[in-house]
Amino acid sequence: MTLETVGFWVVAALLLVSSLAVVLTPNLFHAVLYLAAALVATGAVFLLLEQPFLFAVQLLLYAGGVVTIVVFAIMLTERLVGERVGQASRHPLNGAIVAAAVFAGIVGFLIQAPIRATAPAPVVDTTASIGRALVGPFAVTLELLGVLLVAALLGALYFARSEE
Amino acid sequence: MSGLQAYLVLAALVFAIGLFGVLTRRNAVGILLGIELMLNAVNINLVAFARFNGDLGGVVFTLFTISITVAEVAVGLAIVIAIFRVRRTVEADRLDLLRG
Repeated sequence: MTLETVGFWVVAALLLVSSLAVVLTPNLFHAVLYLAAALVATGAVFLLLEQPFLFAVQLLLYAGGVVTIVVFAIMLTERLVGERVGQASRHPLNGAIVAAAVFAGIVGFLIQAPIRATAPAPVVDTTASIGRALVGPFAVTLELLGVLLVAALLGALYFARSEE
Repeated sequence: MSGLQAYLVLAALVFAIGLFGVLTRRNAVGILLGIELMLNAVNINLVAFARFNGDLGGVVFTLFTISITVAEVAVGLAIVIAIFRVRRTVEADRLDLLRG
């Protein structure tokens, strides 16, 4: 077993355990903290796939940004309500059956699909290549993304504005 | 199990776990957390395919999906807070009116 294989199994175990905790823990606040752990583990998967730039983006945007927003939303919606929302799962058996069926379907497809086993030699400096791709073939998409972010910002401001 | 397949199976597992969360959570914020997990699984797939096919397009696409997800979370949570102001609950089963 190479070092990369060991790293993969450790990261995979961390990711799966924290993901399960996200959906199973009764306390929603704890679920967000486990989500942060799962997002960092996903970033570690990106590191294993030799994409350090994506790892940084994942930490900044997801583990930093998304988790903070969700924590704020939980505090805003739980503190005011007085009685806590029931966090118990509804129909956990039905959910488990559907999720297991989807997983079985994907894996059944993966077993049949012809998949290349070995990775090609990694690009030396992926960050520079990503930057060139962003302003080269993906330039229009990048601009559209900027428009989308402005629209999302305005939408969020509109929904969350105070009444007076 | 080859390298790429291991990553794809891992992503499928995370996706299934996220789907379970979306289906079983009562709280709207909890449902959003499940959607986050599912989007993460998709990102793992994209990056794994990009790495094992030597194509940078998957990585750039992951950057875009991450940015779009952040925008989606911001708007989604703003909607949750707006609904909470009107209905005093974020329990998905009780949010069944189009009219406030």
